[in-house]
Amino acid sequence: MKLAFQLAYRNLIGAGLRTWLNVGVLAFTYLLIIFYNGMIDGWNQEARRDGIAWEYGYGQLLNQKFDPYDPFTLQDGHGILPIEKTENLVPVLIQQATLYPQGRMISVLVKGIEPNQVVVKIPTKLLNESGAKIPAIIGKRMAASANLKEGDEVLLRWRDKNGTFDAGNITIAGIFDSQVPTIDNGQIWVSIKKLWTMTELSQEATLFIANKDYVYKQRSGWFFKSQDDLLKNLNDIISMKKVSGSFMYLLLLAIAMLAIFDTQVLSIFRRQREIGTYVSLGMTRLQVVQLFTVEGSMYSLFATFVGSIVGIPLFIYIAKTGIGLPSMEGTGVPIADKIYPVYGLGLIIGTLALVVISATIVSFLPARKISKMNPVDALKGKIQ
Amino acid sequence: MKFTFILLLILGFLLQANYPDPISVLTKVDANMTSGTRISESTMVIHGKRNDREVTSKGYTQGNEKAFTEYLSPEREKGTKMLKLENRLWIYSPSTDRTIQLSGHMLRQSVMGSDLSYEDVMDTRKLAEVYNAKVTGEETIDGRKVWVLNLVAKVEDATYDKRKQWIDQERFVVLKEELFAKSGQLLKKLVSSDVARIENRWYPKKTNYKDVLKDGKGTDFIVSSIQFDAVIPDYVFSKASLKE
Repeated sequence: MKLAFQLAYRNLIGAGLRTWLNVGVLAFTYLLIIFYNGMIDGWNQEARRDGIAWEYGYGQLLNQKFDPYDPFTLQDGHGILPIEKTENLVPVLIQQATLYPQGRMISVLVKGIEPNQVVVKIPTKLLNESGAKIPAIIGKRMAASANLKEGDEVLLRWRDKNGTFDAGNITIAGIFDSQVPTIDNGQIWVSIKKLWTMTELSQEATLFIANKDYVYKQRSGWFFKSQDDLLKNLNDIISMKKVSGSFMYLLLLAIAMLAIFDTQVLSIFRRQREIGTYVSLGMTRLQVVQLFTVEGSMYSLFATFVGSIVGIPLFIYIAKTGIGLPSMEGTGVPIADKIYPVYGLGLIIGTLALVVISATIVSFLPARKISKMNPVDALKGKIQ
Repeated sequence: MKFTFILLLILGFLLQANYPDPISVLTKVDANMTSGTRISESTMVIHGKRNDREVTSKGYTQGNEKAFTEYLSPEREKGTKMLKLENRLWIYSPSTDRTIQLSGHMLRQSVMGSDLSYEDVMDTRKLAEVYNAKVTGEETIDGRKVWVLNLVAKVEDATYDKRKQWIDQERFVVLKEELFAKSGQLLKKLVSSDVARIENRWYPKKTNYKDVLKDGKGTDFIVSSIQFDAVIPDYVFSKASLKE
C-alpha cells in the first residue's frame, strides 16, 4: 500500500498541469460546499437565536381557538387563564385595528404585552416610561412603512369586545431594531392593561410566552407549542435551502468527478506498457488496480491540501466580518443584514468524506479494466 | 337673579317643547329606510387617488339576518355573489367556480375597497331600537329644514357608539350624518341627496360615505332601483343560489 501511495504521488506530480487542473476544480468544490453550508448554518443559528430571544421565548401557550396563520381567529381566539396558572408566563393579547398615518389607512395588529416582562427582548419598559395616554412601541419595519418616528402621534381605530368602534391617538414611545419581522411588520405593541381597557377584554390573552422556568401542564382551552414546534417553519425553510443549494455543488462535484474519471480512462489507455511492466515485475493485477485507484483518490487529498491553504484564512476572515445580504423584507423569515457563517466539524469532515469517497469510486471504476488485461499484450502496448 | 333664572328655565323649556319627540322622529326615519324585504340595484362609485371605480350590484335583503348580493359589473367582478345568513358570509367567485365561507369578521371589512363596510350596507336594524336620541337643534340643508339629532347607543353591540343626524323635517330622511367612535372621534360622514318618493316613502337615492380619517373623496352609493317589501323566494337566501 505504501508503494502504491509513493508511486501514485510521483505519477501525479509528474503529470503536471493535468493534475493541478483536476485538483483546482476539486478544491473549488470543497470550498463551495463548506462555504454554502456554513452560510446556511450561520443563518439558521442566528435566526433561531433571534426567534427565541424576540418572539418565542421558551415556548408559547396559545388559546385553543387561536390559529396564528388565520387572522379571522383573532376575534374569538382569546380567553382568561386563572392568575395562579400564569406563573412564568407573559400574556399577550392580539387585536385587529386600523392605523391612519398621514391620511393613509393601514391594517395593523395591536399586541398588548406586560411592560415589565423580560422573557422577550422587545423593549416593553418604554411603555412604562412614557407619559402618553396610549404609548406604543413599533419595530423599524413598521416605522418605515407607516413613516413614523419616536414621539409621533397617530390615530388608531379599533373595536371593543362588542364590535363598537373606538379611536384615539397613540404615541410612539420607541422604535426597536429586531431581525424578526414577525414581531414587527404591521404590528403595534402597547401595554396589555391599556389594551384591556381599550377593548374591554379585561384579563384576556391570545397567547402566553413562557420563560425558562415554565413547566407545561395541560390547560383546558389552551395548547402549548414548544420552541421546536415554533421553530419548525424555520427548520423547514433551512432544509429546503440546503436541498436546493446541494444541486449547485453536486453539479460541480459531478464535473470534477467526470474530470477524474476521464483522466483515469486516459491513463489506463496510454499507460498499458507501464501496467504490463508492473505485472511482469511481480505485481498482482489487484495491486495495479489499487495503484491506479489510489492515484485517482489522491487528487482529492491534494485538493484538501490546496483547499486548506486557500480556505482556512478565507473562511476565518468571512466568519469574523460576516457577509452582507440583500434585503429579504416581506418574506417573514428572520434574517440579519449580515450573516456570519458557522463551519461545524461535522460539515468539514462530511465534505471531506464526500469528496474523497466520490473520487475513489470514480477512480476505481475505469481501473477495474486492468484486472481483465492480458499482461503480454499490455507489455506490447496492444490496444485491448 | 332668581327671576332671570326662572325665566331662562321657562324659555328653555318652551324652546325644548318646540322640538319633536326624538324617538318619533327616528321611528319615521326607520319607516322610510327599513322594510321587511328589499330588492335593489345600486352602483358604488369608489373615488380613488388616481381614478374612480364603479361597481354595480343587485341585492336582496330580508330583515337584518339574510342578504344576497350579485355583482353585475365591472367585468372582473361580474357574477360574484355573496350570501349572508346571520353572521356567516359565503362568497362565490365565477372565475374559480368555488364558494368560500368567511367568518363574521369579513362583515367588518371594506366592500370592494370602498369606504363602506359590509356592516354599513347590511345593518338594517331600526335606529330607534339601537339608539337613544335627543333633538339638539334645527338647521337648513340645501333649502330644506332639518332637525339635528344626537344619538347614543343603548345596546352594547352598536357599530357606532354615537351618531349625529340631520333629518329632513318633512320627509324624515337623514340628509347628513356623522358617525363617532366611543372616544368621540369622528369616523365617517354620510351625505345623502336625490331624495325621491318611492312607493309610499321618501328615500335618498345617492349617499356619499366618507371615512374622514383617510384622504380621498369617499364612496358614492347610488340606488338606481329599489323595491320594498317585495316577495323574495326562500331559495334566494340558500347556498344553491350562489352557483345559479
